[in-house]
Amino acid sequence: MELVNNVVCPFCGTLCDDIICKVENDEIVGTYNACIIGHSKFVHTEGAMRYKKPLLRKNGEFVEISYEEAIDKAAQILVDAKRPLMYGWSCTECSAQEVGMELAEEVRAVVDNTASVCHGPSLLAVHDTGYPVCTLGEVKNRADVVVYWGCNPFHAHPRHLSRHSYARGFFRERGRADRTIIVVDPRKSDTSKLADIHLQLDYNNDYELVDAMRAALKGHEILYEEVAGIPRDDIVGAVEALKKAQFGILFFGMGITHSLGKHRNIDTAIMMVQELNQFAKWTLIPMRGHYNVNGFNQVCTWESGYPFCVDFATGTPRYNPGETGSNDLLQNKEADAMMVIASDPGAHFPQNALHTMAEIPVIAIEPHRTPTTEMANLIIPPAIVGMEAEGTAYRMDGVPLRMKKVVESDLLSDKEILEKILEKAQELKASK
Amino acid sequence: MSEIILTPKEQPQVPLEAPNIKPDVFAGKTIDEIKEVEINYGNDTVKLSDFFDVEGTPGETAGEIKIIIDGDVSNTKRIGQQMTAGEILVKGNVSMYVGLEMEGGKITVQGDATVWAGQNMRGGELEIMGDAGDYVGSSYRGDWRGMNGGLITIHGDVGYEIAEYMGGGKIVVKGNADHMPGVHMSNGVLIIEGNVTSRTGGEMSGGTIVVKGVIGQFLAGFKYWGVEKNIQVDGEDIPGVFYKFTGDNAIKGANGTVYVAVAGNKHVAPE
Repeated sequence: MELVNNVVCPFCGTLCDDIICKVENDEIVGTYNACIIGHSKFVHTEGAMRYKKPLLRKNGEFVEISYEEAIDKAAQILVDAKRPLMYGWSCTECSAQEVGMELAEEVRAVVDNTASVCHGPSLLAVHDTGYPVCTLGEVKNRADVVVYWGCNPFHAHPRHLSRHSYARGFFRERGRADRTIIVVDPRKSDTSKLADIHLQLDYNNDYELVDAMRAALKGHEILYEEVAGIPRDDIVGAVEALKKAQFGILFFGMGITHSLGKHRNIDTAIMMVQELNQFAKWTLIPMRGHYNVNGFNQVCTWESGYPFCVDFATGTPRYNPGETGSNDLLQNKEADAMMVIASDPGAHFPQNALHTMAEIPVIAIEPHRTPTTEMANLIIPPAIVGMEAEGTAYRMDGVPLRMKKVVESDLLSDKEILEKILEKAQELKASK
Repeated sequence: MSEIILTPKEQPQVPLEAPNIKPDVFAGKTIDEIKEVEINYGNDTVKLSDFFDVEGTPGETAGEIKIIIDGDVSNTKRIGQQMTAGEILVKGNVSMYVGLEMEGGKITVQGDATVWAGQNMRGGELEIMGDAGDYVGSSYRGDWRGMNGGLITIHGDVGYEIAEYMGGGKIVVKGNADHMPGVHMSNGVLIIEGNVTSRTGGEMSGGTIVVKGVIGQFLAGFKYWGVEKNIQVDGEDIPGVFYKFTGDNAIKGANGTVYVAVAGNKHVAPE
């Protein structure tokens, strides 16, 4: 048995970089340090069903075809479409995403990643307000007030708390004892059980609460005795706790990005963080889900100027989530072909979107059998990044880390598949 | 006055984009030339006559041209984008961005519009006889300078975040508005004759909002000033009895004003 050290975990946005993989006969058989979710991903590369050959649906049944045929077919579908949608990207590495952007421009597609059903509202808010962000290392070494708003890292990012909030840091020698943890969540969660203060607000009232907090922060009286189900005095008390921080950090998740108001909740929350800097050092980090969802937003921005939902229909990139988001295109029945890579919309999109997906040609670049592949017309299996292929991923705080190739694979990587589709698409466009 | 009649043939599944349907582009062109005007069909460029029958009398200047779209264009976006003069009458529903960045002239939609009607509007008049969707008179994503002139009248209901980042002009909604009308508004007038779900004037720093119907939930960042009778807004007398609020004090130095009809709104007054 061989041990491979310093492996970066390809599961969540925490991107733990201290995993040790146990490898036997070119197979990962165990891990040290990984959480239960990360461990499961490492040791179950085969999944319930791992595709090893490209598959094409003929008369309702999948038949095996060669990579070459699959790539020709994929390019043909994309070139023929009037409004192709290329969605996913969050479980692959940055250079594959880069090729994907070039392909999207070539076939004049709309390109979007999982942020549009995740932290997309945060990205919209960032346009309006800015992004006072820090790194997770700074949180560990400096933060004395840690706020978790609408997120439950205990389950969603299992090693987050131990690595960043409970860990001892340079200025926080006693670890957890040196920090105040505040959880804002309408539910009692396993994270809220660990909190010093739990603001249990009413559902869908995040905006109302932040609005009252920001008014209080500026010395105004809060208009009502109770806001979002929380008494005025408790809100003022919480604001005082935030003001007294030496280094405050706001972590926020789906509980606020997807409650009523979406990007406006984040917009006002970011502005509160900015305003708190008049009293103390305050920063924020969105709790990103997929390990490289942030990476796609970075790549997409440096390639097109926009972080997601980019429409190349006219040849120049355009951007308007609400029109050019994957769900907008599918639910408005605009898309007439779809390529899914490194994500599973079949499992996560609303029914209305899936109805359209079922009606149009779908290409799935996907290693495992998923609800998306069930709807696909064409499946192209790649090697799994972080285990069978290397590449770069961006952590939730924007720090890029190099993913390792731990074991060998015969399959093409996402990047190689996309490069071949791009080449073929260029050929087809030239002969048009 | 010249009238150019566009009769839609069929609205395709993949939407059309027709920023060229406006008097400014049709001015000085013959009917045959107008048929050749380019519109976008997905990622393709096609001719106007591929999807519309064109007839009527051409005009020399935009100001003398009235375009009549005689039918449903519910899958055609950007009609009247950046138009400066003349008139467009749509005898049916339209899709997104009708009157986007319009600077002058008049657009009337006899049916419904969808989202982003009158986005970043600069001047002119946009009237929608049916409902409109979200973001009426809003800004482009990330732009903190939204609509700053002109008049938008919606006779039906509207969706979320209308008048977002509004910096001038006037919007009148005869029906109901959903969440966050006037969010981040800095100037201008927003009058809602129906009900509002919640968050009226969230993070507004200036301008005036009048709600004549019932507000579901109001924001605690505002300051309450009591009851005022027969208010005057933008030179117009509005009869009735209103609660007056200023804010949103979540924003530093905010001086926006929200008038809320007393009738049915006792729950929003803090007393």
